[in-house]
Amino acid sequence: MSATPPVSPEPVVEVAGLVKDYGGLRVLHGIDLTVARGEVVAVIGPSGGGKSTLLRCVTHLEPVTGGTIRIGGKTLVRDGIYADRHTLREACLHMGLVFQNFNLFPHFSVLRNLTEAQIHVLGRTREDAEARARDLLAKAGLATKESSYPCELSGGQQQRAAIARALALDPEVLFFDEPTSALDPELTQEILGVIRGLAAEKMTMVIVTHEMAFARDVADRILFMDGGVVVEQGPARELIDSPKVERTKAFLRRFGG
Amino acid sequence: MFGTLTDGGWAAGQWQMLRPMLLGSVVSLEVFALTLALSIPLSIPIAFGRMSKWAPLRRLVNGYLLVMRGTPLILQILFAYFAPYYILGVSIYTRFAAVIVAFVLNYAAYFAEIFRGGIESIPRGQWEAAQVLGFTPAQTFFRIVLPQVVKRTLPAVGNEVITLVKDTALAQTIGVAELFRAAQTISAARFSVVPIFVAGAFYFLMNGVVSVVFNHLERRLSYYS
Ligand SMILES: Nc1ncnc2c1ncn2[C@@H]1O[C@H](COP(=O)(O)OP(=O)(O)OP(=O)(O)O)[C@@H](O)[C@H]1O
Ligand SMILES: [Mg+2]
Repeated sequence: MSATPPVSPEPVVEVAGLVKDYGGLRVLHGIDLTVARGEVVAVIGPSGGGKSTLLRCVTHLEPVTGGTIRIGGKTLVRDGIYADRHTLREACLHMGLVFQNFNLFPHFSVLRNLTEAQIHVLGRTREDAEARARDLLAKAGLATKESSYPCELSGGQQQRAAIARALALDPEVLFFDEPTSALDPELTQEILGVIRGLAAEKMTMVIVTHEMAFARDVADRILFMDGGVVVEQGPARELIDSPKVERTKAFLRRFGG
Repeated sequence: MFGTLTDGGWAAGQWQMLRPMLLGSVVSLEVFALTLALSIPLSIPIAFGRMSKWAPLRRLVNGYLLVMRGTPLILQILFAYFAPYYILGVSIYTRFAAVIVAFVLNYAAYFAEIFRGGIESIPRGQWEAAQVLGFTPAQTFFRIVLPQVVKRTLPAVGNEVITLVKDTALAQTIGVAELFRAAQTISAARFSVVPIFVAGAFYFLMNGVVSVVFNHLERRLSYYS
C-alpha cells in the first residue's frame, strides 16, 4: 500500500484481561482483543453476552473494573488504572463509535452534525470542517441533505450521516454497535454497503452485529462472545462455516448462519 | 382631593394619579426583570445539585426545593426581610433587595425543577455521542443538551414567567411601592376602583407581551422535533 516496509505494525486496538462488573455481577471475564491496522473484526454472540459492554468499555463510555486498553498506541487504562485526563482525551480522539440508534444531534443540520466536533474538539477552521463534511456527505450519498435536520431523514440516511460524523474526525478505528438493528431490511443493506466500502478502504473497524452473512463476507476475523468471555475466534469464513466450539455451533444454528 | 382637582385642573389631577402608578410599574418591571435575569442562571446549578450523585448535596438541594415550593412566596418575602434583622439586629439590605432575594430564590426553585425534568428527558445517547466525539462535559451540556432542554421546557418556563408578572404584586408585602400598591393607595384616596383596573390592564398587557415573546421563541425552535 505505502512505501514503508511492513515491520509488524503496532496494533490499533489492544485490550488485555478486560474485566467489568456491574454491582456485584461480573459481565466481562477478562477479554483479550487485538486489532491490527486495516483489520475488520466482527463480534457476534447471543443477547446479554457482553458485546455492547465491551465496546462501551473500550470507547470509555463505561469505566472498566480491571484490565488494560491501548488505542492507537496511547494507554487508556493499565491494569484497571486510568491514564490522566490529557492522555485519556488523546486516546479517545483515536476512535469513533456508531450507535444502534444513530444519536445524531436533532437541533443541528446534517452539515453541522459533521462540523461541530471538528471545529470545537479538533480546532479546525469552519471552512476546513465544512469541506471535509461535504466530502464525506457526498460519499455517503447525502450531498443534497446537508441542510436537512435529522428528523427529516430516513433511518438509513440518519445512520449514514452518523457514520460520516464519526469519520469526520479521522479516527484510527471505528466501532459499531449493531448499526443496522434499528433499520428495516432494505435500509440494513444500505448501511452494510457503506461499511463494506469502508472495509475496502482499509478502515480499521470493530463491528458488533447480528448479520452473520455480512460478518462472514466483510470481516477478516470474528469473535464469538457469550457469558462475558470470548468463546471462540478465528478467520471469518472459518468461524462461520466450521465452528469448533459447541456453543458457537449452537448459536450459529439458531441464527441460520 | 377635590382641592387638587380644582387647583391644578383635570390634567394635573390625572397626572397625580398616573405618576405614582408609572413609578410603581417601573418597580414591578424591575422586580420582574431582575428575578428572571438572576433566577434562571441560578436554577441550572440547582438542577444539577438535585441530580447529583453525592447524597448530601442532593438532600440539601431537595430540602431547599421543598421549602421554596412548599411555603407561600409572601411568607418567604417577609422572612427574607425580617430574618436578617432579627438574627443580626440590623437591616442588612433594603426592602427592594429583600424582595429580589426572596423572588430569585423562589423562582430558581421552580425553574430548577423544570430544567431538571428537561435535562433528564434528553436521551443518554446524546451525552454519549458527544462524549465519544470528544466534547468536554461542559461543551456537551451547553452545545448539545441545553439547546434541546430549552426547546422542551419553553412552554413550562412561559407559564412561570406569566405567574411571575402577577406575583410582582407581592412585593408590597414589605412596603415596596410597586404598581399594585400604588393603585390601591390612589384608589383608597379617590374612592375609585379605576386605578385598580388600570393596574389590572397593565398586568394583562405585560403578559400579552410575554405570550407573544414565548410564542415567537417556540416557533423559532420548531424547525426540528
Ligand atoms: N448498566 C448496566 N447495569 C447493570 N447491568 C448491565 C448494564 N449494562 C449491561 N448489563 C448487563 O451486562 C450483561 C451484558 O450486556 P450487554 O449489553 O453488553 O450484552 P450484549 O451482548 O450487547 O447483548 P445484546 O445483543 O442484547 O445487545 C447483561 O447481562 C446485562 O444485563
Ligand atoms: Mg448490545
